Amino acid sequence: MVRFLLKRIALAIVTLFLVSVIVFLVAQLLPGNVGRNVLGGFATQQSVNALNHQLGVDRPILVQYSSWISHFVQGNLGKSLEYQVSVSSLLGPSLLNSLELAAVAFVLVVPLSLLGGVVAALRRDRLTDRAITLTGLSLTATPEFVSGIILILVLGLALKILPTEASAPPGTGFFDHVYHLLAPALALTMVLFGYIARMARAGTIEALDADYTRTAVLKGLPMRTVLRRHVLRNALLPTIAVIATQMGYLIGGLVVVEKLFNYNGIGQRILTAATNKDFTMLESSVLVIAVVYLVAMLVADILYAVLNPRIRHAAAS
Amino acid sequence: MSTAAVVPDLVPTRVRAQGRGELLRGLRRSKTFIVGSVIFWWWVFCAFFGSTIAPFDPNVGSSATLASPSWTHLFGTDQLGYDVFSRVLAGARSILEIAPAATALAIVAGTSIGLLTGYMRGWVDDIVSRLVEALLTIPLIVLAVTIVVALGHSTVTLIIVVGILFTPLVARTVRAAVLAERDLDYVPAARLRGERAGYIMFAEILPNVMAPIIVEATVRLGYAVFTVAGLSFLGLGVQPPTSDWAYNISQDYTLILGGNYWWTVLFPALAIASLVVAINMIADGFTQVLES
Repeated sequence: MVRFLLKRIALAIVTLFLVSVIVFLVAQLLPGNVGRNVLGGFATQQSVNALNHQLGVDRPILVQYSSWISHFVQGNLGKSLEYQVSVSSLLGPSLLNSLELAAVAFVLVVPLSLLGGVVAALRRDRLTDRAITLTGLSLTATPEFVSGIILILVLGLALKILPTEASAPPGTGFFDHVYHLLAPALALTMVLFGYIARMARAGTIEALDADYTRTAVLKGLPMRTVLRRHVLRNALLPTIAVIATQMGYLIGGLVVVEKLFNYNGIGQRILTAATNKDFTMLESSVLVIAVVYLVAMLVADILYAVLNPRIRHAAAS
Repeated sequence: MSTAAVVPDLVPTRVRAQGRGELLRGLRRSKTFIVGSVIFWWWVFCAFFGSTIAPFDPNVGSSATLASPSWTHLFGTDQLGYDVFSRVLAGARSILEIAPAATALAIVAGTSIGLLTGYMRGWVDDIVSRLVEALLTIPLIVLAVTIVVALGHSTVTLIIVVGILFTPLVARTVRAAVLAERDLDYVPAARLRGERAGYIMFAEILPNVMAPIIVEATVRLGYAVFTVAGLSFLGLGVQPPTSDWAYNISQDYTLILGGNYWWTVLFPALAIASLVVAINMIADGFTQVLES
């Protein structure tokens, strides 16, 4: 198991390196002279050059990359070109806000979609199954701002049961906080539901068709026990990996949902950084997201290894 | 051409033709496929003739701003006095220009890469797979936003960006399908016949992995609509005053929080939803038939 994990960590580091190169190259695409962008059209050429020199953007690309990445590894994310303060002081609170929203979405989507998938599998090819599968498929395909708009219209304005602002007024408690996050989290949930449910359904069907399930049924175990002990244990394990891969989408979905609900998270940061060509901000935010994603994948791998006896006991051999 | 060369070619052709007839018959039986197709083709019709059949000019405002739905303005008017119904009809065009073109690009490029990496294996496969994995770590919309901002937004940029970003996903699917095929008897047989790698990949393997590619294409089209609409909503899509569902929503959604002007966003939102659901019903129909 230790070997399994070490291998995963090594792979994650390689991936992270490649991501950093991609991010850096993409950010280099942002056109325009950095110093000119910061100082504006009326600044003299000398001061533009001076600022470029001070920011280090007049150095060769490879030097810029290695200085950026070595600072990043040490936790120094650089200085925002637009706001002239350290990136981490802006990114920190936004990241926390986003993680909070993602957590609420996660808590909603995981039980809902697992339940949906298992129920669909148990009623395979019947009306319930088709309904769950098609609803899931449709929700997954609908852009989050569209489901978000419909949520705002129905739950927020027509029925008035959910607030349409994602940020709770300052000084309110934890539950009020979560309550304000429900609508945007639901929008994210709707997109994720279909995919996870489909995987849970496929896993459950596979387990239901397996010989050990037939044996369990034939030896007279009550259906409830068969499901809990034989079917679900085997069915839901692969789903963990699927849920983890959806983290990447979840973070991407934040860009759109945070704009719709006007929520100050990392998605908004990235969007403004990109449109304002604040590329130190952009590079570091995207790399932070990649780190978060890879950590989530790693946690899922560990969880998978701990829960899966085949890997857990492989350590002994 | 000698008969010996003709005979082996005839057999797969007949099998494929029969397969196609069966596919069509299966699709005709699938209710989801039919309903999805009807909705989809309705929007394709609107993409071509939406502006023509619209009761008002979709790009000319009037003094009747924010009028609620009535017989004159079925879906009401927005803050610039545009007729929402006409905007919805005309708005089908931009998304149905960009999303299918981007999907086509991704399918062609992704299929080529998938065939190449799946058939060749070795270091090409290793490098490409690793790059694909790294690329998938960055949320697609984040990459798209950055590149579109960098290159400036136009229809062509959107097509290319979404097409390129979808390529690795298609490549991964095709690669997996190719891996399952390359050890079947007909591939070594072709190799022993002395066929070149290009011929084996595109003439022998490709026809046999068409089923997953068709499913992938329809699913990808749905995601292309999803992504393009998202970018439009973020303000990176087509330029005003051209009607675009997502852009119209992004312009008007702040209104509904204040006043009760729900019709300005509900109808374009339903239009997007109906289009993506229709495409997914078509994809589901294909999957059901091809997998049974």
